Amino acid sequence: MFIWFHKLASPPYFYKFAGRLSPWLAWLSLLVIIAGLYGGLWLAPPDYQQGDGFRIMYVHVPNAWMSLLVYTVMAMAAAIGLIWRMKLAHAVSAAAAPLGASFTFLALVTGSLWGKPMWGTYWVWDARLTSELILLFLYLGYMVLNRAFDDRRTGDRASAILALVGMVNIPIIHYSVKWWNTLHQGPTVFFGPRADIPPSMYIPLFIMVAGFMLYFAAFILKRLQVEILQRERNTAWVRELAEKS
Amino acid sequence: MTPTRRRRLVIVIAMVVGVAIAAGLGLQAFRNNLLYYFTPSQVAAGDAHAGQRFRMGGLVAMGSVRRTPGSMTVHFTLTDMKDSIPITYTGILPDLFREGQGIVVYGTLEKNGQFVADQVLAKHDSKYMPPEVTAAMQKAMQAQQAAVKGAS
Repeated sequence: MFIWFHKLASPPYFYKFAGRLSPWLAWLSLLVIIAGLYGGLWLAPPDYQQGDGFRIMYVHVPNAWMSLLVYTVMAMAAAIGLIWRMKLAHAVSAAAAPLGASFTFLALVTGSLWGKPMWGTYWVWDARLTSELILLFLYLGYMVLNRAFDDRRTGDRASAILALVGMVNIPIIHYSVKWWNTLHQGPTVFFGPRADIPPSMYIPLFIMVAGFMLYFAAFILKRLQVEILQRERNTAWVRELAEKS
Repeated sequence: MTPTRRRRLVIVIAMVVGVAIAAGLGLQAFRNNLLYYFTPSQVAAGDAHAGQRFRMGGLVAMGSVRRTPGSMTVHFTLTDMKDSIPITYTGILPDLFREGQGIVVYGTLEKNGQFVADQVLAKHDSKYMPPEVTAAMQKAMQAQQAAVKGAS
């Protein structure tokens, strides 16, 4: 098992492993997302207050959760890269950033489309919305800094530090609705006798979240393949691969 | 773990902890500026400055909404179950505005204690319910009230 992990961390082996796994995950995520959308848009009942408008939750909430999860993955990989100087770890951070930025952007857009009919405004500067916007800038800052140096390793280290510093924003986003008065509603209680949402509404939501996670897994592997090829372009195995095709 | 790696691990941990402390102190210092709105009891206690524009959030008190005929002006009371502030607003109200609903108003507090709002935003709660459930709950509540009336 340990030997397998060591082998997995070697770029040529990981390249092949990712190439085999990625399409399976991508198709699986498509199936799960279709199932979740069917559950959320057709099977779930309308809300007592928001009517059918609440259904945007089935894309807004998975995007928002993924924006936090992907950042955590990115910062963890950055820490491993800084401490153990693992080649693959920095590649994971660099591959995760654009995916995380997309999730964040979509969470902001769907949230603002939800806010207009329900709140009466597209945007307010409350703590939740502002901290989520800062998260988008952290992702964009990481991506720019990562490519800002001629030497890729310098860029990796500098941007890894930015990723770790930005990690402080993640608990702030999560607890913003509890620490301050915000226009954004507080956390929904999912389980237990005092649950705020019935199973017919939250089961499709969790299916959507699972679908988004599979999507992320599939596409970070695909992006990692590209990262590995770019980073290892002067090695013998990549040259061999290029000559073969 | 080799000494160099341990040193790097300590540096990374120290950096994250340091940034967290700095952010915590910063947020603590700007605590009131980060509040999106004040509650009616904070306003009643004098935490918000009269004459300055600020936001206030609470529930629309039951039975308090009065519309002025022939104009878009609405009078209602904003409450947090402890203190209540009378509000005047002229304009279009959001769809979710109703008695008992959580809302946020933006405007100024006049010297006579009247809050003149130029923006009203509805705040929806974190609860989701099928409409049949609400209807059933209302029916059960009415039945209970009828039973209480019948007994007395």
